[in-house]
Amino acid sequence: MSPLSRREFLAAGVAAGTGLVIGFYLPHGERGQKAFSPNAYLRITPDNKVTIVVARSEMGQGVRTALPMILAEELEADWKQIEIEQAGASTLYGDQTTGGSASVRTTWDPMRKAGAAAREMLISAAALTWAVPRSGCMAQNGSIVHAASKRRLSYGELVAKASTLPIPTDVTLKQSKDYKIVGQRLPRVDTPAKVKGEAEFGIDFRLPEMKYAVLSRCPTIGGKVASFDDKDSRKVSGVSFAGKISDAAIAVVADSVWGAMEGRRLLNVNWDEGPNKDLNTATVIESLKQAASKKRASLYAVGDVEKTAGRRISAEYQLPFMAHAPMEPGNCAAHFLGTSCELWAPTQVPQDCRDSVAQAVGLDPDRVKVNVTLMGGGFGRRLEHDYAVEAALVSKAIGGPVKVIWTREDDMRFSTYRPASLHRVSAVLDGSGWPVAFRHRIVAPSISGQKGQPGPNGIDPDLPDEAAFVYGVPNVSLEYVLAETPVPLGWMRSVYALQVAFASESFIDELAAEAKKDPLEYRLHMLAPNNKDQDIQYFATTWRTARMRGVLQLAADKAGWSKPMPPGHYRGIACFGCFSSYVAEVVEITMENDAPRVHRVVVAVDCGQVVNPTVLEQQIQGAVVYALTNALRAKITIEKGRVVQGNFDDYAPVRMSESPIVEAYAVPSSEAPTGIGEPPVPPLAPALCSAIYSATKKRIRALPILS
Amino acid sequence: MVAFAIRSQKTMADFTLQVNGREKTVSVSPETPLLWVLRDTLALTGTKFGCGAGLCGACTVHLDGQAIRSCSTPVSQVGGKSITTIEGLGARDGHVLQEAWIAEEVPQCGYCQTGQIMSAAALLAKTPNPTDEQITQAMNGNLCRCGTYERIRKAIHRAARTNSGGAQ
Repeated sequence: MSPLSRREFLAAGVAAGTGLVIGFYLPHGERGQKAFSPNAYLRITPDNKVTIVVARSEMGQGVRTALPMILAEELEADWKQIEIEQAGASTLYGDQTTGGSASVRTTWDPMRKAGAAAREMLISAAALTWAVPRSGCMAQNGSIVHAASKRRLSYGELVAKASTLPIPTDVTLKQSKDYKIVGQRLPRVDTPAKVKGEAEFGIDFRLPEMKYAVLSRCPTIGGKVASFDDKDSRKVSGVSFAGKISDAAIAVVADSVWGAMEGRRLLNVNWDEGPNKDLNTATVIESLKQAASKKRASLYAVGDVEKTAGRRISAEYQLPFMAHAPMEPGNCAAHFLGTSCELWAPTQVPQDCRDSVAQAVGLDPDRVKVNVTLMGGGFGRRLEHDYAVEAALVSKAIGGPVKVIWTREDDMRFSTYRPASLHRVSAVLDGSGWPVAFRHRIVAPSISGQKGQPGPNGIDPDLPDEAAFVYGVPNVSLEYVLAETPVPLGWMRSVYALQVAFASESFIDELAAEAKKDPLEYRLHMLAPNNKDQDIQYFATTWRTARMRGVLQLAADKAGWSKPMPPGHYRGIACFGCFSSYVAEVVEITMENDAPRVHRVVVAVDCGQVVNPTVLEQQIQGAVVYALTNALRAKITIEKGRVVQGNFDDYAPVRMSESPIVEAYAVPSSEAPTGIGEPPVPPLAPALCSAIYSATKKRIRALPILS
Repeated sequence: MVAFAIRSQKTMADFTLQVNGREKTVSVSPETPLLWVLRDTLALTGTKFGCGAGLCGACTVHLDGQAIRSCSTPVSQVGGKSITTIEGLGARDGHVLQEAWIAEEVPQCGYCQTGQIMSAAALLAKTPNPTDEQITQAMNGNLCRCGTYERIRKAIHRAARTNSGGAQ
C-alpha cells in the first residue's frame, strides 16, 4: 500500500459514504432474477436472499462477519438471511486495501449508509404497494410491516417495486441505543468451513490443468541471476519448465508442488551477488547510530524542549528487523490468456495486485481480474504484491494456468521486514520527578520511502497514525531521522507503533522508577497534570487524555493493580494510542531461569463502538500473542547480504506452552469505531519489560528480550 | 521433451494408500511427502502446508490413529497404514471437536486449525479427559500465528466434557 493510496483510501471511504448514487449495480448476472441493488454493497433477490459484499480481505480479523453486520443493522435485516460475497479488485469501493486497522473504521459510514438507503427504499416500496403513508410502515427483521393493518411484506417481495424508486441521498442513521445486530456476539460466518477443512485459502485454489511453480530467488539482497543450468531440474518427474522470470528469479514449473520444489533444489544457479554482499546486521545497526546525529525532521513539537530547565535523563532503545511469518506461505494462482489475466490471490491489496500485474505483463489494468481468496494470516505481509506479479509472469511464460508457492524459507528470507530502529529518548524532570519536557528521536528507515513514496521532509507517512505522544507534558519534541537501508521493508502489524511504544513507554517506566512513583499513578498524572485532561491534536487525530486515563484505570482495576502480587509474581503496565484507539495492558510474570514467563495479560481498549465483541476479543488476544513473539524472540539478522533465519526453528513464534491468559475489556462507547487489529500490539513489550524490571531491577532496552 | 518423459517415468512408483477409509492408488515419486500427495494428487486440501519441516503442525494427519506431520513423511513410508485427514475425521472424534471449536470461536485466519483439530483428536483418543498440562504437551507442536491457543485449550476441554456426557 503506498502512502498515497492510504490517503486516497480514507478519502474514498468518505466519498463512498455519499456514493449511494453510484446507481444500480448488477455485475453478477441475476441468476434468472431481477435484483434490488441500490449500491455496490447490497443485492436483494425476489427469493428473499440478501447478499452483502465485503470489499476488504478476510485474513482472520473477522471482516466477513463484522462489515456485513454494520450494513445489516441499518437495513433491519434478518441476519439469518444474509449471504456474504467477497469482492475482488474493483473500481466501486474506493481503496480496498486491508490494513492500518481500518476496515471497520473506514467502512462504518459507507456500510451504514448503504443499508439505511436500501431500508428507506423498501419502506417506500411497501407504502406504495399498500397505498398507505410511509410513516405507518417500518422495517423489522427482514420485512416491512404496516402496524395498523398488520400487513407484512418480506424484502424479497419488495424487490421489483424498490428497484424502480430513486435512491435517497440523505438518510437518517440509527442511534446506537437501537442497535440489534451491531454490538452482538454473532458467530463468525467463516468458522464452520474453517474447522471442517473446507475453507479455501489461496494455496488451496486450483484450476484445471494448473501447474505449480516455485522460484529460485537471489539469496543476497539486491543480487541477480548471472547464469543457471537446469539440466538436473528437468530430470525431475513432472518438471516442464525452468526459466528466468525476472533479473533476480528463476521459476521451476512442474505438475506438482513437490516436483517443482525438487526441480528447484537441483537447479544450478550462479548469482551475481550485487552491491550488498557484505551487508550484515552490525553494519545496519552502526548506520542507525551514525544517522542518529544527522539532520532530523520535526514530527511534532509543543513548547520548547531545549530551553526547559531541570534534571535531564536519557536512554537509548533498539529494535531489530522482524518478519510477519503468517501461517500460510505466499502464493498466488494466475492464468494469463494473452489479452487478459485472471488471478486468485490471498492479498490485502487486490487493486495493487491488479495494477502491478497489468504493468508486469503488459496489459491494461481493466484486463486484469483479481479474485480475493481467504488468507492464512496477513499481518501486513500481503500488503505487498510480489506473489501476484510472479504468478502472472510465470503464467505468461508457460502459456497456461499456474500457482506460485513460496516455501517457509522463501517466506522468511524474501519477506519485507519491520524496520530495525534506534530511539534516543530524554526528559527533563521537575523537583517532584514529573517530566516537564520529553524528547523522542526515532531513527529508522522509511518503509514508504523505500517504496518510492517518501513523505514530506522524509518523514514516513505512517508515523502520523503510529507515533502519537498522548501525554499532557508541556514541552514535547518528537523527531524523525531517516536512516536508509537496502533491507526490504514492509508494514508489519502495528508498524512503527511497536517501536515507538517500546521506547517511549519503557522510558516512562524508567522515569516513574526514578521518581519512586507507581508507574500507573505516574502515567495518570502525566496524562492530566493538575487533574486537567487535554485534547492533543496529532496530525489528523485528536487524542483525548481522558480516554487514555480511562483504559489505564480499567486495565489496572481488572488486573487488581492495587492488590499485592503473589510471591514470585511481578507485573508491569503500559499504554499507547495508535490507529485512533487507546489501549492499556497489565502483564503478569514470573521469572524462570532468567526468562520471563507471562501468565496473564489484562487489556483494556477504547476503540469506540464495538461491532462484534467476540471478534474484538479475538483480535486483542491474537495481537497480544503476536506481540509476545515480537518481544521475546522475533529477530531477523543479515549476514553477507542474506537473511539468516529460515523456518520456525530459528524464528520461533510463541507456542501454547508460552501463551498467556489474555483478558480483554472494552470501554463502553458509542463513538465511531476505531482500529483494533493493531493497537493492542504496542503496549505489550514495554509492559512486559516493566514487569521484568520489577522482578530483576534490570532494564531491557533492546528487543528481543531473549536474544 | 520425450527424453525427459522417459527418464521421469523411472522415478515414479505406484502406492496404494488407505485414505479416510478408502483405497487410493497414486503414482508419484517415492520421496514425495504425504502432504503433497494428499493435497495435489488427492485434492484433500484441508491438510495445510506451513513449514515443510515438521515444525508447525499445520500438516497434521493421523497414521493408524497417531498424529504425524505429513510434510515430513515420505509416501513410501506410509505402507498400508490407515491415513485420516480432517476430511475423514469420524463423527465421534471429529464432529465433537469441530462443534467445540465453533462454540469457543477458536479460528481467526483458520489456516492452522485443521492441524490443531487433528492433534486434539489424537490426544482425546488416548486421553479422554486431559489436564491443562496434557493439552499443552499434545498441542505444543502446533503453531498458531493468530494466537488462538487459549481458545483451543477451552475447546478441547469442552469436547472432552461432551464426549464423557458431561454438561456443556
